Amino acid sequence: MTDLTALTIAEAREKLRAKEISAVELTDSYIAAIDAANGALNAYVALTPEKAREMAKASDAKYATGNAGALEGIPLGIKDLFGTMDVHTQAASHILDGFKPKYESTVTQNLWDDGAVMLGKLNMDEFAMGSSNETSYYGPTKNPWRAKDSNVDLVPGGSSGGSAAAVAAHICAGATATDTGGSIRQPAAFTGTVGIKPTYGRCSRWGVAAFASSLDQAGPITRDVRDAAIMLKSMASVDAKDTTSVDLPVPDYEAALGGSVKGMKIGIPAEYRMDGMDPEIVALWEQGIAWLKDAGAEIVDISLPNTKYALPAYYIVAPAEASSNLARYDGVKYGLRVPGKDITDMYEQTRAAGFGAEVKRRIMIGTYVLSAGYYDAYYLKAQKVRTLIKRDFENVFADGVDAILTPATPSAAFGIGDQDMKADPVKMYLNDVFTVTVNMAGLPGIAVPAGLSSTGLPLGLQLIGKPFDEETLFKTAGVIEQAAGKFTADKWW
Amino acid sequence: MSVDTATVKRVAKLARIAVTDDEAKNLEGELNTILGFVEQLNEVDVSNVEPMVSVVAVDMKKRVDEVTDGNKAADIVANAPASDENFFQVPKVVE
Repeated sequence: MTDLTALTIAEAREKLRAKEISAVELTDSYIAAIDAANGALNAYVALTPEKAREMAKASDAKYATGNAGALEGIPLGIKDLFGTMDVHTQAASHILDGFKPKYESTVTQNLWDDGAVMLGKLNMDEFAMGSSNETSYYGPTKNPWRAKDSNVDLVPGGSSGGSAAAVAAHICAGATATDTGGSIRQPAAFTGTVGIKPTYGRCSRWGVAAFASSLDQAGPITRDVRDAAIMLKSMASVDAKDTTSVDLPVPDYEAALGGSVKGMKIGIPAEYRMDGMDPEIVALWEQGIAWLKDAGAEIVDISLPNTKYALPAYYIVAPAEASSNLARYDGVKYGLRVPGKDITDMYEQTRAAGFGAEVKRRIMIGTYVLSAGYYDAYYLKAQKVRTLIKRDFENVFADGVDAILTPATPSAAFGIGDQDMKADPVKMYLNDVFTVTVNMAGLPGIAVPAGLSSTGLPLGLQLIGKPFDEETLFKTAGVIEQAAGKFTADKWW
Repeated sequence: MSVDTATVKRVAKLARIAVTDDEAKNLEGELNTILGFVEQLNEVDVSNVEPMVSVVAVDMKKRVDEVTDGNKAADIVANAPASDENFFQVPKVVE
């Protein structure tokens, strides 16, 4: 029998519907693959095999009676940021030690309602703060990809590093992820997978541990564009429990695939051509432009003049909101408690022991910029800069541009423990230089694999769309995927 | 703007994170790197610009003011490090 873990979600769905395979068989294949791989990759931080088998059994019953859901029997990995009832939920942080919520996040509930099977919880940067998965309390996840003729361990990107690595290594059929500044798209690009951050307000944030509430959005990481369309359809919803959930029907994203891009206007922003940019990234971008041109799209040069201010504004907005959101971890309601001589000392000792260095750094920055007398100079100013960034996009869309093509990341995956990035936190932050504008403006963005570097590592392109126009992104990403092909890591684990 | 060690300690106090002198020293350097990076925003003219509040123009959602959930005290304290009869337990705060 062929290896069932090699099937995409769409392929597995086909075989399940035709009763060529059972959901239990499929789930068992993944459980065996995880057992064989996780020791090396560290992609999962908690496994739920009994629950998975139980859910798969229920899925088989649904197929037997002919009322299977859209994701019936499809085994998924869940980022540790999503609250899952009675199951390990720690945002890969020490401060949430032992936390098992008594609720289910809306996004994961939507997936279970559609019949998906949970394999376990996936590693990530602590509280989604990082671009390499190295800030996790559980240690770094390894990228299933290695450079040609090399056995050096690379990062899978972050913060959804466990999600991207698990999808790339075929130890889940697809994974949930979240994106605050690039945390879906950068790891997708580093692992040869597809990741979409939908428009802010498309997926409910309810039950997902908050990092920066005005930027956080959930989305899927999958092996191809079709799978991303299938998963997003199930994850997205209108939710009364999230006041920022936007009241718009969820379209059938899969129906957009295969559509023509003939006559579409694709914008190429001058400001994304950075000084000293890696020539391989420039070549990849040129290749993407050529593919879309060949498919009949019109390529137009555009300008997004406030691009360079997105990252600095992000490093005010995100830490400010994080410092407020993370105030709830105080050793009283859940998780870790370190005793102190009085209640304040207990708070301080708990937070000192429970948060890692990057999280502390961001809480400190956020507390500083929100402290008395600084609010206007920092947070308010950054929110005004966001208006300018958003206006840049609105102007080009008003001029008839349908989508914008950019590189997804400034480089391929780098090594675990990279010394340059360790020495200077801003160097690590620059990973998000192409993705963060999208969060600041609240727009949808998709990363799609487009080729390999000279050292054999995956590189991705990003498409940015109009608010709630994910369909155009799926359609256009599908054209790039058709031209570029798909990329699978050689198994070394 | 840049911070000194005393400011770092004051901010750590506000953030309720205990820091040692060594940690404060390290954080001082790191915070100044980040604050230096965000200083670029000084060149942006934001006069007459409103702060961004939402992606698409939407009215704030409202709902009827009624009880929709509750009676879950045991669930709420289920993950508490210390609780007693559905109360969170903390060190004594009043003498």
